[in-house]
Amino acid sequence: MKILVAVKQVAALDEDFEFTPDGRDVDPDFLIRDLNEWDDFALEEAVKIKEASSTPVEVVALSVGPDGADEILRKCLAKGADRAVRVWDDAVAGSDPIAIARIIAAAVRREAPGLVFAGVQSSDQSYASTGIATAAFLDWPHAAVVSQLTYAPGAATAVFRRELEGGLLHEVEIPCPAVFTIQLGINTPRYASLRSIKQAAAKPIELMSPAELGLDSAQIGEAGSASRVRRMYVPEKGRAQLIEGNAAAQAARLAAIIREFKGEGA
Amino acid sequence: MSGVLIVAEQRRGELRAHSLELITAAQELRRAGETVSVAVLAQAPAAFVPALSLSGVDEIIGIQVAAEEFDPDAFEGAVAALIAARKPDVVLIPHSVDSFGYAAALAAKQGYGFASDVFDARRIDGALVATRGGYGQKVSVEVDFPGRSTVLLALRGNAFKPPEQPAAPTVTAFEAPPTASRWKARQFIELAAGDDVDMTGAEFILTVGRGIGEEANVAKFRELADAVGATLGCSRPIADAGWLPKSRQVGQSGKTASACKLYVAMGVSGAIQHLAGMKHVGTIVAVNTDANASIFSVAKYGIVGDIFEIADELRRLF
Repeated sequence: MKILVAVKQVAALDEDFEFTPDGRDVDPDFLIRDLNEWDDFALEEAVKIKEASSTPVEVVALSVGPDGADEILRKCLAKGADRAVRVWDDAVAGSDPIAIARIIAAAVRREAPGLVFAGVQSSDQSYASTGIATAAFLDWPHAAVVSQLTYAPGAATAVFRRELEGGLLHEVEIPCPAVFTIQLGINTPRYASLRSIKQAAAKPIELMSPAELGLDSAQIGEAGSASRVRRMYVPEKGRAQLIEGNAAAQAARLAAIIREFKGEGA
Repeated sequence: MSGVLIVAEQRRGELRAHSLELITAAQELRRAGETVSVAVLAQAPAAFVPALSLSGVDEIIGIQVAAEEFDPDAFEGAVAALIAARKPDVVLIPHSVDSFGYAAALAAKQGYGFASDVFDARRIDGALVATRGGYGQKVSVEVDFPGRSTVLLALRGNAFKPPEQPAAPTVTAFEAPPTASRWKARQFIELAAGDDVDMTGAEFILTVGRGIGEEANVAKFRELADAVGATLGCSRPIADAGWLPKSRQVGQSGKTASACKLYVAMGVSGAIQHLAGMKHVGTIVAVNTDANASIFSVAKYGIVGDIFEIADELRRLF
């Protein structure tokens, strides 16, 4: 049995940054990259199922991204993934979550796993769409924001709890194969040991192009996307009035705000 | 291709308030002479007509479905059929846990234009333009949908005010083709309270976030909260780590600080999910080492500094 975990290399902004000349993205030189936080939980969930299983389970980490994404795939290998696959071609640039999902679905067809996990959303663009759109292209049952999962490898069904607003949980049974988007807090992601990091560095990362997966250029990139970025800009700054001074002065002002609230006077 | 369609959400017999905000967003997108229709899927859709009879709604479309609660297959099937029949050019839905479960699938399968977590939508020179956040909400991103005759937008909560004026929209029924559902719903589970704290009713809350670093530091802030007379709350990572019970988590999947008047956030970066539970509070004071933290965009007062130093100094004053 195989579990495929779709992972994304997300980007956070450096303290100072510049936009690209066309104003549609941030200059990549000003981005700090890492494994998406949600995907860390998705990977851990797959590895946990593998470790608890009496029958063999293979965990495959898959990412659609340029060379740099190898870094997060190595992280996944170090944390317990058995194999890592990266899909890329320069024509993928400009893809929105729908186009990315089409690529992931094509890779899933080739890998034929019994389950697909993705993070609920990415910390950078937060569409919360890729995993569920992947399920649509596969025509697989799916569930979003899964905070608890009960599944025995090879079983015909899984039982999950999805986390609703306000802390309410909804428990549902679903046939497999299925796609789940995994919520933060479902488990405690492990840290990779130094030894496993070293071992991961020696493992191969399988590289594939969308064309090898049977996709043409109209299905990926901007042409294959459901939206197109028109402009990116820094929104007007928030209205917080900064309390200046040293820690003692700042705390004194905060104390005054608290006393004022309590009606004790400043 | 004309008009705006809203797909409302209901849960356990109650219309979700987020749905009503979409009515306001629809007014900006409706062209002269076009209508705004609100569809509601339920076993007995008529029950939701009173709650949806608001100014700005021209028509309420009841869609009777077999599933009592949200089911992605039922939603996807019924909404696709309704869109095919009515041909709206814009479809608005809440950006919510339920829509996470079907919106992207619907858009992917039907080839609609699509964007989620949208907080502004308007027509610019005739083209539909949606605005959302990027790079952890540090930038705003305008997206458009060239060549798409139908665009599905999932709108962020609290981005639009719901209408208050009552009205008497036309009520119609739409018969959706039956869909084979793959979900077998079992039950709802209320998260067991970790302790008996009443975050919703608390007027003065002091929350801690990732900035506290490690579990051993929780005690320090608990003591500080007691000393200043605040209820201790936390952001998601602290509850997920088990450092404080889930009942103290403020945010979308935790508690809403409904009665709060003074909110002091220490070491909380201000993820959008946390802001959803507290950004309405009248006086928010944020303490964070990162001057660019999102929490400062909703705070009234900001202290850029070390939360431990501020905590020590503050403790001395109470």
